[in-house]
Amino acid sequence: MPQNKHQVRLAVDVGGTFTDVVLETPTGLVTAKVRTNELRPEQGILSGVNLVLEEASIKPEQVDVFIHGTTLATNALIERKGAKTALITTKGFRDSIEIGYENRFDQYDLMIEKPEQLIPRELRFTVPERMNFGGQVLLELDSRVVLSLMTEIEKNDIESIAVGFLHSYANPAHEQAVRELLIDAGCKAEISLSSEVCPEVREYERLMTTACNAYIQPNIARYLKSLETELYKTGFRSPLFLMTSGGGMTTLELAIRFPIRLVESGPSGGAVLASRIATQLQEKNVVSFDMGGTTAKICLIDDYKPQTARNFEIARTARFQKGSGMPVRIPVVEMIEIGAGGGSIAHVDSIERLNIGPESAGANPGPACYGYGGERATVTDANLLLGKIDPQNFAEGKMQLNVNAAEISVTNDIAKPLNLPIFEAAFGACEMVEENMANAARIHSVEHGADLTQSTMIAFGGAGPLHASRLAEKLNIKRIIIPRNSGVGSALGFLWAPIAYEVVKSLYMTVDTFNASDANHVLNQISDETHGVVRSGAPEEELTEIRTAYMRYVGQGHEIEIPLPNRDLKKEDKSLIKATYEKYYSNLYGRTIPKRNIEILTWSIVVSSSKKEFEDVEKHCEAYQAIPNTNRKVFLSSTKRYEDVPVYWRPELSPGAHLESPAIVAEPQTTTFVTSTYRAYIDSKYNLTLEAK
Amino acid sequence: MNETSLSDIDKQILWNRLISIVEEQAQTLMRTAFNPIVRESGDLSAGIFDIQGRMIAQAVTGTPGHINTMAQSVGHFLEYFSLEEMHPEDIYLTNDPWKAAGHLNDFMLVRPCFHENNLVGFTSCTSHLADIGGLGFGPDGTDVLDEGLYIPIFKLVDAGRLDQTFLTILKANSRVPVEVEGDIYALIACVECGSQRLSECMGDFDVANIEEISNYIIETSRNSTRDRIRELKDGSYSFEMRVDGYDKPLDLVAKLTINNGGIEVDFKGTSGLSRYGINCPINYASAYTCFALKCAIAPDVPNNHGSIEPMKIVAPKGCILNAQFPVPVAMRHVVGQLLPDVIFGCIHQVISGIVPAEGTCCLWDLPLRGGYSVESGIDSTKFAIELVHNGGTGARPTKDGLSATSFPSGVMGSLVEITESVSPLIIWRREYRENSGGAGKQRGGMGQIIELSSSEDSDISLFVAVDRVNHVARGREHGKEGAAGSLSLTSGKILKSKGEQIIPAGEKLTVLTPGGGGYGDPLERKPSAVFNDVRSGLVDFDNAEKKYGIIFDSNGDFRFTKARKIYSGLDQ
Repeated sequence: MPQNKHQVRLAVDVGGTFTDVVLETPTGLVTAKVRTNELRPEQGILSGVNLVLEEASIKPEQVDVFIHGTTLATNALIERKGAKTALITTKGFRDSIEIGYENRFDQYDLMIEKPEQLIPRELRFTVPERMNFGGQVLLELDSRVVLSLMTEIEKNDIESIAVGFLHSYANPAHEQAVRELLIDAGCKAEISLSSEVCPEVREYERLMTTACNAYIQPNIARYLKSLETELYKTGFRSPLFLMTSGGGMTTLELAIRFPIRLVESGPSGGAVLASRIATQLQEKNVVSFDMGGTTAKICLIDDYKPQTARNFEIARTARFQKGSGMPVRIPVVEMIEIGAGGGSIAHVDSIERLNIGPESAGANPGPACYGYGGERATVTDANLLLGKIDPQNFAEGKMQLNVNAAEISVTNDIAKPLNLPIFEAAFGACEMVEENMANAARIHSVEHGADLTQSTMIAFGGAGPLHASRLAEKLNIKRIIIPRNSGVGSALGFLWAPIAYEVVKSLYMTVDTFNASDANHVLNQISDETHGVVRSGAPEEELTEIRTAYMRYVGQGHEIEIPLPNRDLKKEDKSLIKATYEKYYSNLYGRTIPKRNIEILTWSIVVSSSKKEFEDVEKHCEAYQAIPNTNRKVFLSSTKRYEDVPVYWRPELSPGAHLESPAIVAEPQTTTFVTSTYRAYIDSKYNLTLEAK
Repeated sequence: MNETSLSDIDKQILWNRLISIVEEQAQTLMRTAFNPIVRESGDLSAGIFDIQGRMIAQAVTGTPGHINTMAQSVGHFLEYFSLEEMHPEDIYLTNDPWKAAGHLNDFMLVRPCFHENNLVGFTSCTSHLADIGGLGFGPDGTDVLDEGLYIPIFKLVDAGRLDQTFLTILKANSRVPVEVEGDIYALIACVECGSQRLSECMGDFDVANIEEISNYIIETSRNSTRDRIRELKDGSYSFEMRVDGYDKPLDLVAKLTINNGGIEVDFKGTSGLSRYGINCPINYASAYTCFALKCAIAPDVPNNHGSIEPMKIVAPKGCILNAQFPVPVAMRHVVGQLLPDVIFGCIHQVISGIVPAEGTCCLWDLPLRGGYSVESGIDSTKFAIELVHNGGTGARPTKDGLSATSFPSGVMGSLVEITESVSPLIIWRREYRENSGGAGKQRGGMGQIIELSSSEDSDISLFVAVDRVNHVARGREHGKEGAAGSLSLTSGKILKSKGEQIIPAGEKLTVLTPGGGGYGDPLERKPSAVFNDVRSGLVDFDNAEKKYGIIFDSNGDFRFTKARKIYSGLDQ
């Protein structure tokens, strides 16, 4: 294990079904998977934490860092279980947050339902005020109207308020004044200002982000404070850090102010894990593949860094369709999420085509073979019938799978309607889910100009290793890495996340009218803010700062990210900025547009604690031929028959072990299926490596 | 040639893969295109075809205007080039409105696909170029040659060699030469990516041709569509709708005949040609007609030759929906986008409970320009911007209409902060237009109110082409009509719905977009739904009482009027 200043680190990822815990000590890793306690997540955390502490003989006070990621924020938004929230916005724009882009997310469906509003129209209040895009006041804020809102706030038992005025990213004065007026008038509700949550141009996304933040804030604050207290009572004295959507950690205080940044922290942890493995193995082009019970996440990792973005659509309602959720603008790890997981349900549609997902049987009732009352055929049922999963040894052997129930479900839901033999039906279900993931991955890579055939896949999550090699075959990927403990990949990733924070702020200028002092003013302001946040969590560590501008040709729709020099800008930097933009643009699109003016919309700074050092990768290890523990009949795509396939027990394999293929490699929290296309071995860092023959 | 045929599962997986390839083609085009309406709103199309020119997969993109235009495209090219003379690196092009997509701005490319040295099929794509000369994109041409450069079918790329002479001519004929050149490269990248992926996919599935999968896709889709149509009662059903037109009202008349698994739509009786460029070539009229049929009857059957085959669309020559060369057609979408409501009017007689009431249909886009005219002050900023907005959609049988939402188009609306940062405009208001949705058991979608003015105290030119100002969206099954749209100035002056007009310095333009029609008797609307509308301010006390028969008082109590009918508890 790499040497860290913090010797004992604990990471906890609370997912919808399972809570994963990973403890890192100077002697190694200890992991646990316990069921999530939906009502009191703190209790689930403590039970998992106790397991690993006991196993490692560590006392709570010996833990140096506690890192936590949770789906609580995401779930509150998906299930619409947040606080009663009001919006205060500019007069004339009561419905901006609902009207949005005026589009439909499904071209042919006459019955679509737009996402339910977090803040209903009767709780959206407007006040006279107006800024222009340069931040100049066109109309003064009418304080009397603001104060008159107190009656409504009290009458409606408002717990949280989102304040979002037009162009407040350019001048937050009116939003700040509203907060002061309300607090002075005795307002007890939490207040989120759009100029603080998301100081970026585009009122729809800024208001939506602020509304989401306000909506979840009271509950998240209560939960985090309660967790902090519980941990203290148990004896923990370490700081509590929260994993963010951007792949970094943040402090408890910031998490309470900006809980919207906690969404999708689990998947971002997975991306951090993949980046770490990529760095360790010096793999420059990586695609990470994280597949769980409900969805699969695919993320591109270039030069050891996950791709990031500033847009994310949360709580998609309709079959994960683009546009059916709420767009928020926060720093996120860019990934594509597909409704494809172990629990995805198979069905034959009205034109007799086999479809898999996006509906999932989840954990309850779960796949038919779980025996919890699920009757519909799922991907896990199909895998079981194909021999890829051992019914006796599922989820650390704590669960006995019911093969008979799987047979009934696959027969009824697939084999009969399509008039196929049962094994072909099960095989078809797996092929279809793998094809869906491959198609999504191809389109995602096109959108980002990546060539997957030159990438290495890093696969993890409960179902990832089971489907990785067939998915990689479809994508013509020649190398696959399955890290150790890949079943708890996200929590493992938390251990490697830097303390990081990003602040983005809009200030419009064109390259022609470039004004260094205006730009420096914004950059210095957000630099101070970002440093302040990160410093509080990493008092002594060396910090790195990355400055970025978001630019586009005048008249274009979307900006590209351009690095800025890490210093104050000078007048002469105009030509540098232009040249850098043109270089990046032509890398992306093959050419530049001569004589076209370029505009800068937004500025960003990311500050993070320095990267942790890794040990040498290559440890000498003797190659040897591993001996399988047993054989099992597995249905193979190459011969379309059941064949005897060797089964290995991963914990018994040491570096240098070479396996036959096809093969099954089982471990406590997941199973890897190796198709005959690949040869498999354990590398010097215990990664299971698959290489095309 | 592979001897073993594909299993059913393999065919289904291969079908999914082909759909994924066209989606990838569409992404490539969106990522590289310059015209914002392509990049942002997906005004484009991409397809894969078999060697007979039958479309087997088409990308689902932002506009329905390409549904059959794309399906027919390769057929036109096959009349010009024989299979024998085709080279693996050829690409063909046209913008002929009657062969591509209804107006000169839509360019269509076709590329032969080779696999292992054999011609196996084609890829095709279409997208909208911002400016190709002539009078510019507008309705004022007197014939199609006024509307821009007319390019017959020709070889854009001949065995790998791009025709540079053509590019030079095209650029010289455009007001935005750089963007137009970029868009041509984007179209090329799109068909090339498709061909390459098709060949790779054939390798993966180990097939030497796509005949078997093509037959499977077309037969399955045709049979499914026919099965759906067979569920409908045979017979003929007619419907008429009067709309604003350019300078005089238009009657859109359709007779829909269902006969043993086939549908024919005949637009006989529809008004004749307009002297302005709002005429539709039949291919474009067919696209919006098929779109409506598909939404109502078979939304889940993927688009291809087979799914369209059972639908036949005809219109007499000289009718506004079957404009012939050289009639002007640049703004054919203003009329084309209204057709779904006419088709829904027919379908509703066949089967109730499927289609919505009438809605706004047309985009309410506001092209605004300033600073160009000789009269404008020397200090006023030169700008040209197109704000895209919408009215309400018709109420659905079991759901309210969608407020301020595009239908049938998929084009996206404009944000205030972006508009103001790129043009000297101030938007003072963009809010739902209360009480504008037609009353009904299900309420029509609300229109919106937009107010804007110059930020520089200068004149602004408005070029507008919208509808439903004089002829509103009607309700269905006793549902009431949606509010009419309007355009007016602070002075009280009412503006026309079509043509160029001035917003004088110091005045605000107020745009009220139309509301959608209601569905079902408003007196039977669920009381809690009326209560929600009143609480949220979308419906006022007066309308609640007169239209819905519910009297509210300021304490939040309510009682029913005598006219009020009992809510059945059912939404149909």
